[in-house]
Amino acid sequence: MFLKTITAAGAFALLGSTAMAGCGITAGNVSILSNDFPAIQAVTAAASACAGDGVTVETNLTKDHKDIMVAALTANPAQYSSVVVSNSTLVTLMNDGLVRPIDDLVAKHGAALNKSQLITANGKVMAVAFMANAQHLFTRTDVLAEAGVEGVPATYEDVLAAAEKVRAAGLMEYPVALNTKAGWNLAEEFVNMYMGTGADFFKAGTAEASVNNKNGVATLEMLKSLVAYSNPDYLTYDSNATQAEWEAGNLAMATMWGSRGGAVLDDEGSTAEVVAGTLLSAAPTWGNGARPASTLWWDGIGISTNISDEDAEATFIAMMNGITTEVVKANNDAAVWLVEGYTPSPASAGVSGTAAGGAAPYPMVPFMGALHTALGAEITDFLQGTESAQQALADVEAAYTAAAKEQGFLK
Amino acid sequence: MKNRTFFWFILPSLITMVLFIALPIVSVALQSLHIEHEAVMVEVENCGPFGCKQELQVDVEETAKLKKERPLGQFNGLGTYTNRNHLAFAEIGEAWQSSNGFADFISKALNLPFYRALAFTLTYTFVVTPLVLIFGFMIALGVNTLPKRIKGPTIFISLLPMIVTPLIGALILFWMIDANGVIGSTLQWIFDDPDLSLKASPTLTWIMLMVYGVWHSAPFAFIVFYAGLQTVPSDTMEAAMIDGASRWERTRYVVLPHLMPLTVFISLIQLMDNFRVLEPIISFSAQASATSLSWIIYNDLVGTESQFFGSAGATSVLTILGVAILLIPVLIRTWRDFKQKVV
Repeated sequence: MFLKTITAAGAFALLGSTAMAGCGITAGNVSILSNDFPAIQAVTAAASACAGDGVTVETNLTKDHKDIMVAALTANPAQYSSVVVSNSTLVTLMNDGLVRPIDDLVAKHGAALNKSQLITANGKVMAVAFMANAQHLFTRTDVLAEAGVEGVPATYEDVLAAAEKVRAAGLMEYPVALNTKAGWNLAEEFVNMYMGTGADFFKAGTAEASVNNKNGVATLEMLKSLVAYSNPDYLTYDSNATQAEWEAGNLAMATMWGSRGGAVLDDEGSTAEVVAGTLLSAAPTWGNGARPASTLWWDGIGISTNISDEDAEATFIAMMNGITTEVVKANNDAAVWLVEGYTPSPASAGVSGTAAGGAAPYPMVPFMGALHTALGAEITDFLQGTESAQQALADVEAAYTAAAKEQGFLK
Repeated sequence: MKNRTFFWFILPSLITMVLFIALPIVSVALQSLHIEHEAVMVEVENCGPFGCKQELQVDVEETAKLKKERPLGQFNGLGTYTNRNHLAFAEIGEAWQSSNGFADFISKALNLPFYRALAFTLTYTFVVTPLVLIFGFMIALGVNTLPKRIKGPTIFISLLPMIVTPLIGALILFWMIDANGVIGSTLQWIFDDPDLSLKASPTLTWIMLMVYGVWHSAPFAFIVFYAGLQTVPSDTMEAAMIDGASRWERTRYVVLPHLMPLTVFISLIQLMDNFRVLEPIISFSAQASATSLSWIIYNDLVGTESQFFGSAGATSVLTILGVAILLIPVLIRTWRDFKQKVV
């Protein structure tokens, strides 16, 4: 984090003189809170280039941004003038009114934006998306070919069949990995898989959970079949672990985040054989579901409510400077950019394919977070074989109901 | 010391304690009696890069009005304490009614998050605390007999597990016990089982966490006991030797009674510390197999997008009660000793 700030400051020192003219801000304080991965680093570094001459730009890139954002933005004036939000974090901030509608700023300074980049709630623009992300399939085509599997698996049933062949051929004992670390990651896998059934998580128009049904049971059973081909330590696997396993050449098929694609396909951390064999493709479908079993995510820019209008404007301009066509072109492979000037690449094929296949976005309802937490804690019992799928799902609903009552979403 | 002098002497610490210990606890307890306001929901159309959808959303203005009227939230009494994610009175009652036999009841109770966490927390506390005492004492006895030249380095090395930050120490062990790590693969080789994984089985995870707990805390007991050993009166020891007491007898009848107050002190600290076990669970990513009360609090506040302050408050108050119950026997003993000395 500290290093990032230094790097950003260094970048500014180098680019300062040219960038100042380009930003056109006269005064204001810009401070950005965001997650930490390459695409966001590029955006915040470019935004930092607006600093100087009465304008300050500070950045805090951290994986723990979720934990501090509400407190930091509740303060008046807010600690950060902008937060790089996603589907789920924007909802949390909107629940407390911590991000402001930015229609006026978009009208004034957002001429270069695509209409699809605007995140609107109830007709008001609440955020500007700049990249898309989704979990999708990574395949080692060379390993599958050696095991006699033809083509890339398009359904999770295909994945299971291919995994069995890889195992039977003695190539790998545990060819499959998902981000199945108990907690948020595992819950996200459930959400992805459940999305593939096309069913909803809540009874229409209410905050009542409805996952304890045949779709939920089928989802759990599919997850259990998949983890049977995963390393026994799968309940400790997060994105970093799966990426490391992939780069070490220990996996043949994995569901990983699109934002990892660039890092997997670069020439660092892995062998040429693994990189050459790796293919990114759309998230598989399963059962008789039509849509890919994944959730679409976007990352975008939200502007704090509790700051002065001048700072808000300066922040918006600086952030627009962070997502210009030049930035995107210079970092084309770091993400699936929603910005003009982006050329699709092998690293983005998975996310694009998942979106094109009709995957649904992660639900933007305010009580989804509570369900996600309940899922992360309660479904491990089923995967470990200590209780039935129905019991696990009943536990999920009960834990969710208690939590949602505490948050005032249910009576 | 005169009472008046004592009062002025203690006043600064008293003020700090009230400000930084008592008041926060009162605030936590107060918060635990409240839940958030009923969210005023409206159905709106949300649009983004992937299309539009009708979704429920919090009506910020209406909810803000409610919050302004009563900033603490809705009063919920002990509702949070008794709900399913805490003491779960209703669920426990139902499990009691519907279960066929005690074992069935226990397994139903352990399916509830609070009781599951309590089970691990108590097991951890009552396994780790005595082992820490025993190992600490044995290391102290051993080090005490070493020649002077190697004593210093030995003490330093013995203290290392305590010096390493718990989170980091646990993380290092987590990687070492990985199937590809040095301990993990050695164990696989010893037991001739390529599928042996310390992280996969709940039982092995429990054992691993407790081994870590002993490894981390034994140095604390060691250094306290070692300091105590330096104060064992040499004339008593010599008298015992002249009486023909063996080394074991001297340890049992002279050293141990002499160190009893220290044992009570270490037990007190360790019971408190172990009841609050958290770091190893985080570092070992062990939450699928083992959770503790502190972990529940952590999980309510960190890693989720919206924090559950009421729930975290309730678990905190329950943890404080738990620590108090655990310490009662030790405190009673200390109080008795104190009174004997006064008389």
